[in-house]
Amino acid sequence: MKKKVVALMMSLVMGMSMLAACGEGGGAAGGDTFKIGGIGPTTGPAAIYGSDVRDAISIAVDEINAAGGINGHQIEYKFEDDEHNAEKSVNAYNSLKDWGMQMLIGTVTSGPCIAVSEKTREDNMFMLTPSGTAVQCVQYDNAFRVCFSDPNQGAASAQYIADSSLKDSAIGIIYDSSIEYSTGIHDSFVAKAGELGLNIVADTSFTGDSNTDFTAQLATLADNGANLVFLPIYYTEASLILQQEKTIGFDPVFFGCDGMDGILEVENFDKSLAEGLMLLTPFSATATDDLTVNFVNKFREKTGHVPNQFGADAYDAVYTIKKVAEEQGITPDMSISDICDKMKTGMTTVTMDNVLTSPTTITWTAAGEPNKDPRAVVIQNGEYVLAE
Amino acid sequence: MKLRKQTKKEFITYAIVLLFYAVVMILDVTGNLKSHTKGLLVPVCYYATAAVSLNLVVGILGDLSLGHAGFMCVGAFSSSLFSVVFKESAMPVGLRFLIALIIGTAVAALFGFLIGIPVLRLNGDYLAIVTLAFGEIIKNILAAIYLGYDEAGVHLSLKSFTLQGEGKMLINGAMGIQGVPTDSNFTVATLILILTLVVVQHIVDSRTGRAIMSIRDNRIAAESIGINVTKYKMLAFTVSAAIAGTVGVLFSHNTSTLTAASNYFGYNVSIMILVYVVLGGIGSIRGSVIAAALLYALPEMLRGLGNLSNYRMLIYSVILIAVMLWNWAPAARTWREKVFAGKGGKADAAS
Repeated sequence: MKKKVVALMMSLVMGMSMLAACGEGGGAAGGDTFKIGGIGPTTGPAAIYGSDVRDAISIAVDEINAAGGINGHQIEYKFEDDEHNAEKSVNAYNSLKDWGMQMLIGTVTSGPCIAVSEKTREDNMFMLTPSGTAVQCVQYDNAFRVCFSDPNQGAASAQYIADSSLKDSAIGIIYDSSIEYSTGIHDSFVAKAGELGLNIVADTSFTGDSNTDFTAQLATLADNGANLVFLPIYYTEASLILQQEKTIGFDPVFFGCDGMDGILEVENFDKSLAEGLMLLTPFSATATDDLTVNFVNKFREKTGHVPNQFGADAYDAVYTIKKVAEEQGITPDMSISDICDKMKTGMTTVTMDNVLTSPTTITWTAAGEPNKDPRAVVIQNGEYVLAE
Repeated sequence: MKLRKQTKKEFITYAIVLLFYAVVMILDVTGNLKSHTKGLLVPVCYYATAAVSLNLVVGILGDLSLGHAGFMCVGAFSSSLFSVVFKESAMPVGLRFLIALIIGTAVAALFGFLIGIPVLRLNGDYLAIVTLAFGEIIKNILAAIYLGYDEAGVHLSLKSFTLQGEGKMLINGAMGIQGVPTDSNFTVATLILILTLVVVQHIVDSRTGRAIMSIRDNRIAAESIGINVTKYKMLAFTVSAAIAGTVGVLFSHNTSTLTAASNYFGYNVSIMILVYVVLGGIGSIRGSVIAAALLYALPEMLRGLGNLSNYRMLIYSVILIAVMLWNWAPAARTWREKVFAGKGGKADAAS
């Protein structure tokens, strides 16, 4: 009994010290610097997206700070891991709030983004997600995004195919029915394809628990005579599909969306398999304009690899915040809610030119959606090249 | 005499929970509670509740169940469906949440009962694997369901469809249920934890509980003295599933989006809850509460480590191994007994 009492006391003491430790230093709003927070997965299966966003933001923040900051105020930046889990994402958000965050760049993935947007609405905290593609990510007026929404991408893909020489292809689809990203694009693609009279011959799916063997789906597509395969999925699964299609002697054209971006960086992936793969993505790391070259070089220096589209979105997000804050005369001593209100008005009037993720400009609607042109990229000789 | 000791033990557990609640409330009222900590309170309570309910099956009944997250999933979806439908109605929030809690618990209990019928014929590893499979089935089915209503009526399908005219998607396949009202709060979660403790400790400390434990210790002997093994196994399993359903209600009403994804309801979550139970001591109700609270809070607290926080998941794993060794490795146990026996002896002398 006594031993148990001792053990009990110890655990209580531990618990108390934890509470006490976190009771100190509540959220004192910064006076002199902007505090910008970021949230995304840096551990777990979606880690590559979160870490690219984290590093891209820090590059942009360093550049802005070196050039004198926003309205003469430096930026402080902190990134929290959410393991691609909505519950953890809300925890991360609360933790950043305690740190004194005034604006949020995040979150990186859709599901957590929706959950966090409920919280930011309560606090009237401005949020700009680089890559939360689900429709509901920006359902509140304080939330904006840099990337295309899922339905946008699906419809744009169908439109692109209908306008190109591929329009008479027999289309097969493989999508992941267990994630929002993939089902969202899939549903809008199918709807738009119906409108445009595209010929879909087979529609197959898999789930997150069966994402290693795709021979059944590929066989179905081959049996139905598909010669164009639409893959609204992430590149990890796509790389396996590309490996497996060769083994069954099925050789169609593959067409993907922005989740396909990054396929050339998969370790031990035979790049020749991706030859001819087309993807609709707003960012191309091989573009030769100064902005892209500068960003890609800095990114490679910092991390050792080429950034994907998520990083580019995040980089644009930081500069968008800078431009809007300057246009609206926002200073760090304003309250979070005041900053948010000014940012909300500013976002709908700003025009971002010279950005990574659009060939022309980006403007935003009050609903939080970006207006920009998609780019189609094709893989040739192991490099991303802009399609005709 | 014996009963009094048992009652005392129970009351110490309640006291810990109430003390924790009081301390948090005082910190909150005096403004010393950071919003990060505040956000952790409800999850801490529901994971502690989940651990206690799983302990009923694993520790008291002695059967390994890996499908606990599946029952959470059922409770979460059934209650959220109700809450979303009645969100706009004039029903007061308290009543709506109470009904949601009852629905979630009842539906999970029903599933526990139905699944228990075939499953509980098995023992040991076989049972573990079958419960794991059932948990996955529940999760995968819920991730594939589309449910919505429009002018033509209610639609239920395993394929996505478009609504005709005025209507609303209730369950949207992999995207789950959106806009669940965030009704959970720390007080309700604490009340449910205490209620769970009362229920489980009373079951353990009753004729029923002794029958259940006799099945654990020796099934054949229990059967030979006329204990209805199936009945008691079903009872423990169903109660455990029902409480898991309640946990699901708290979970889904804490974050506004609910998806039947693996990171919320997959077997990893079942195993995580099992880790809480094992670490707290199999069969020890109080241990489950403390282990769940500390282990859930730990990786979150490690966020505060500055640069080291990049390694927080690694640190968490190392701490998990260290605690497991400290608690259960024979050498650590003898060493601990030696050290603490000395201290305990002194304390005895002092008192």
